[in-house]
Amino acid sequence: MVKLDEIQKRLLMEVADLHTVPEGAYNIRSNSASAGRRSTEHIEIVSKTDVSGLEVHIAPGTKNESVHIPVVLTQTGLKEVVYNDFFVGDDADVVIVAGCGIDNCGSQDAEHDGIHRFYVGKNAHVKYVEKHYGSGTGTGKRILNPGTEVYQQENSFVEMEMVQIKGVDDTERTTTAELDAGAKLVVRERLMTHGNQNAVSTYVVKLNGEGASADVVSRSVARDDSFQKFDAKIIGNAPCQGHTECDSIIMDNGRILAVPGLEANNVDAALVHEAAIGKIAGEQLTKLMTLGLTEAEAEEQIINGFLR
Amino acid sequence: MLELRQVSFDVAADGREKEIIRGVDLTIPNGKLVVVTGPNGGGKSTLAKLIAGIETPTGGRIFFEGEDITDKSITDRAKCGIGFAFQQPVRFKGIRVLDLIRIAAGRTLSVAAACHYLSAVGLCAREYIDREVNASLSGGELKRIEIATVLARKCKLSVFDEPEAGIDLWSFQNLIEVFRHMRETIEDSSILIISHQERILNIADEIVVIKDGAIVNRGSKDDVLPTLIGTSAAVRRCEKTGFEEGENDLW
Repeated sequence: MVKLDEIQKRLLMEVADLHTVPEGAYNIRSNSASAGRRSTEHIEIVSKTDVSGLEVHIAPGTKNESVHIPVVLTQTGLKEVVYNDFFVGDDADVVIVAGCGIDNCGSQDAEHDGIHRFYVGKNAHVKYVEKHYGSGTGTGKRILNPGTEVYQQENSFVEMEMVQIKGVDDTERTTTAELDAGAKLVVRERLMTHGNQNAVSTYVVKLNGEGASADVVSRSVARDDSFQKFDAKIIGNAPCQGHTECDSIIMDNGRILAVPGLEANNVDAALVHEAAIGKIAGEQLTKLMTLGLTEAEAEEQIINGFLR
Repeated sequence: MLELRQVSFDVAADGREKEIIRGVDLTIPNGKLVVVTGPNGGGKSTLAKLIAGIETPTGGRIFFEGEDITDKSITDRAKCGIGFAFQQPVRFKGIRVLDLIRIAAGRTLSVAAACHYLSAVGLCAREYIDREVNASLSGGELKRIEIATVLARKCKLSVFDEPEAGIDLWSFQNLIEVFRHMRETIEDSSILIISHQERILNIADEIVVIKDGAIVNRGSKDDVLPTLIGTSAAVRRCEKTGFEEGENDLW
């Protein structure tokens, strides 16, 4: 395994909570090269031959195993597009931890565009965690444009936790999902933007089979002069249940555009959307101040809780 | 000890100054439980907010433990040892009951220690400690958690703004016990409760009646309570038969 420097180790800790080599299958990508890989008996990780990226094959029936595929970038000016495909066998139950950390100390932009495709077999359960983090004092931007495509077969269950709390200048996230009968998708997105950051998150979820369900919830905080757009669309093509929610705190000169969309093409499609944008309630600050916090400390507690 | 000297509070309403609190002098000595009561709109909650620093007086001074705190912020007053339980507790998305109690205590309490405060207000700690202080909690549950946060602060002066509001009968019985216990253990601290409820007035060392922004009566429970409910016999009847919701709401 390639030796990682302190900055790379710090990025790995931020995006994957990794202090050391993870248990189970993993592939660590550092500045466009593999810094370590391990397949297991049930999970095989192989490089793609046509484009940059991986194929992860998870055998049917694999239980309680994990795959870590973190990416770190510390070279200014580096721009990469990576295609990772996950083939999750029927009845498997796995945790997949992805994530990208960029430390850009230079003047050129550093960009990682990860395109992840999930082919989830019948009755399989996938928990997918993706964290994004940026640091570095350079003027070059830190850019992440993740694309996620999910194809869920009957009665499969996918939970996705997407987190971007700090330091990424530009993000355009696109997530699409297609669900067969009885399949369930739960998305929890947490986002905080500051400075002049720009974040766009787009979801298109198609509920194609009877009994399919999706719950897409975003909680976000826009500070300073940052901008966020949350565009979530659920399409009900069968008797199904869909819920999308955008709940945002706006601060300073932040701007937020929420565009919840529902499309029902079946009389038994039950679809709901909710969107709320507002500043921190004054009474919340007051309450915490009566407990001895300063206004700034109170604000921090409220945001930390909100983005928990 | 808390001392209000000629405290006034005016607000602008319909282009005119309206007096909400008019030259109130009030002392709450250490070791005492004082209940402020009076008709709705009389200025009771405003008085509590002036003490906690949520509102700033337009006249007069407030002293706490001998120090003039009139110009101190909410935070500074909290740090001086003033606690305040809101009439309508605030909800927070994502902040758990445990987090709130830890913030209140000002230190990293163990879960067991935090649970102690929940048990003290009659909540099954295990069921509540990890729950978010959000809209999933009922008014009565929130109210008790609010009181638990004030208990956790171990204040020199604890101010409760209508603790009975929005609380069910069972919780109310429990609440009286909480205050009774606080009353027994306050030593060099003091308690101020804004209340309409006879059962709460009954545990007071002193009752202060506020009407139209001014104190119209004050004195010991035995002196003041009979004037509020008509006869002293009524007090005894209340003690004998116990509280029945609504019946003993004095105002």
